[in-house]
Amino acid sequence: LSGGVGVDRVPGLGHSGGGSTLLGYIGIDTIIEQMRKKTMKAGFDFNIMIVGHSGLGKSTLVNTLFKSQVSRWSSGWGGEHKIPKTVEIKAVSHVIEEGGVKMKLTVIDTPGFGDQINNENCWDPISKYINEQYEKFLKEEVNIARKKRIPDTRVHCCLYFISPTGHSLRQLDIEFMKHLSRVVNIIPVIAKSDTMTPDEKNEFKHRVRKELETYGIEYYPQNEFDDDMEDKNENDKIREAMPFAVVGSDKEYQVNGKRVLGRKTAWGVVEVENPNHCEFALLRDFLIRSHLQDLKEVTHNIHYETYRARRLNDNGGLHPISVNNTQESNL
Amino acid sequence: MTTNIRYKSRIPIKSDETTEEKQYVGFATLPNQVHRKSVKKGFDFTLMVAGESGMGKSTLVNSLFLTDLYKDRKLLNSEERINQTVEIIKHTVDIEEKGVKLKLTIVDTPGFGDAVNNNECWKPITDYIDQQFEQYFRDESGLNRKNIQDNRVHCCLYFIPPFGHGLRPVDVEFMKALHEKVNVVPLIAKADCLTPNEIKKLKDRVREEIERFGIKVYQFPECDSDEDEEFKQLDKELKECCPLAVIGSNTVVETRGQRVRGRLYPWGIVEVENQSHCDFVKLRNMLIRSHMHDLKDVTCDVHYENYRAQCIQDMTSKLTQDNRMESPIPILPLSTPDVETDRLIKMKDEELARMQEMLNKMQQQIHDGKDQ
Repeated sequence: LSGGVGVDRVPGLGHSGGGSTLLGYIGIDTIIEQMRKKTMKAGFDFNIMIVGHSGLGKSTLVNTLFKSQVSRWSSGWGGEHKIPKTVEIKAVSHVIEEGGVKMKLTVIDTPGFGDQINNENCWDPISKYINEQYEKFLKEEVNIARKKRIPDTRVHCCLYFISPTGHSLRQLDIEFMKHLSRVVNIIPVIAKSDTMTPDEKNEFKHRVRKELETYGIEYYPQNEFDDDMEDKNENDKIREAMPFAVVGSDKEYQVNGKRVLGRKTAWGVVEVENPNHCEFALLRDFLIRSHLQDLKEVTHNIHYETYRARRLNDNGGLHPISVNNTQESNL
Repeated sequence: MTTNIRYKSRIPIKSDETTEEKQYVGFATLPNQVHRKSVKKGFDFTLMVAGESGMGKSTLVNSLFLTDLYKDRKLLNSEERINQTVEIIKHTVDIEEKGVKLKLTIVDTPGFGDAVNNNECWKPITDYIDQQFEQYFRDESGLNRKNIQDNRVHCCLYFIPPFGHGLRPVDVEFMKALHEKVNVVPLIAKADCLTPNEIKKLKDRVREEIERFGIKVYQFPECDSDEDEEFKQLDKELKECCPLAVIGSNTVVETRGQRVRGRLYPWGIVEVENQSHCDFVKLRNMLIRSHMHDLKDVTCDVHYENYRAQCIQDMTSKLTQDNRMESPIPILPLSTPDVETDRLIKMKDEELARMQEMLNKMQQQIHDGKDQ
């Protein structure tokens, strides 16, 4: 704004921090509104991967998070929970709408993870899938005739489910997070936390955080990507409270005259959205209401760029390809 | 009481007493005599607990026997556990109640199922069980049989995680490796994280899978027809409840004016001994109050005998291969014996040599029988 507009400096009015003071209202701030309208029309993509061994309530939690039946078990599930022999990647997409905003939500499930007797390298199929999505995006970007909006199938967030043993992280947890925290945003959560009393929960969380630190595992929000002090303060608070101890449910019960989502046992009702009972509300607010866009940005600006830089270095520069040619991937 | 009766029968009986009393011998008191002798001798019971770390095994053992066996335990963090293999750790405690002494041994299996690669992680456990059988076999065949120490595992509680949808591959493999060596009692651990519906579904699923995979878990014996109705009803309920869904606790909480063992949650209190909360009471009754003896019997009569028969069969087949006079019992490494036991071992070896000759003869007879 300085120089371009040609406004004479009016004596008596001081400089503000950034540009010159304006004499009239121009309407530049309406750009935010224009952007909003456009994005609303275009809609968002959000791809969330859920990882953890069978039975930790992953699908239920995802359904609870997005208040709809978005997991792969929702569409006419009559089948059994059979454990596959190798890790499979199953992606299911749904379009959900709220307040005029459309979101194409893709839930990527990983059945078979951690369920075998020998789980060595069971994260390889997952790592491969994530890199394949980066590769797909890269190919589109590098194309001569690019699409206006490249379909984004990259994994924006990976929810990793920790088993609530109450002791510490398991070997497999550490191996997985070590290998993948540099490639994708990992958000560790403590599953089925209604199995622990408040004291046990706090002790367990504390131990888990210490172990993650010992192994140098940077979970999202990563320390190194904090933009400014404001972000850092906000994210510090969140990092201290992680991993969130959650409970999921798609059933409602009557408690004190209100209908709440919960789990009913012989000794009481565990209320999913009650902050005294579990940290589901914290997770939801963090994941969806405050950091959804940031997750996408970190994926695009950092993880994807890292991948791209590595590919360009390896290949000695990618050649732009036309729509008809296909270039072999060097993965 | 016994002496009175014996004395009574020596007193001249008046003629108007019934003939039954005249012919009363008094051995109906035998159960009492056995009872008194066993009380003097004391009982022993070896219980093995197996399952992944964090399933609440130690807490459950403490709850069952109202002890704190694991007071000084230090939990390993994941760094220390990276190179851990499956260990076998024994805790022994003497419990006395109303004059009856029980020497309880808990065999713990830390490290089971915790690694990334758990191939054959049950091998140290099956080796341990076999070792105890072998030790008993030697002692039984030996000379000094008065003070045989029975370290055989009488029961193995296997903890199935409640977080799954049924049995996992490692659960199936473990139980199949052990079901012919020890009484396997599967339990659903940490059952307070499941709603009543979920528990029912999981139990059904596990029962179905146990049958499908041919796992021979410990079967409760059929009730005798002369047991009273209450016992039969309890027995029926027990059978229908398997696998038992249990909860343990090391803490005491106050609820409804009483102090009970339980877990305090923000949404309610779980009472360990409340039958509508979990099957802990059933497990305790089964394990200690009604079936402890049967567990020992099955171990002695079925599992140990199978082992012994297999052992002897191996011995005879080895003899057909070579006629050298070796010790027929496969030797597994035992702790270093002292001089006294050395002498006993020598005596036992001589005894074994004599047994071997007998077996030779037996084998000869079998061969002759076949030729006919």
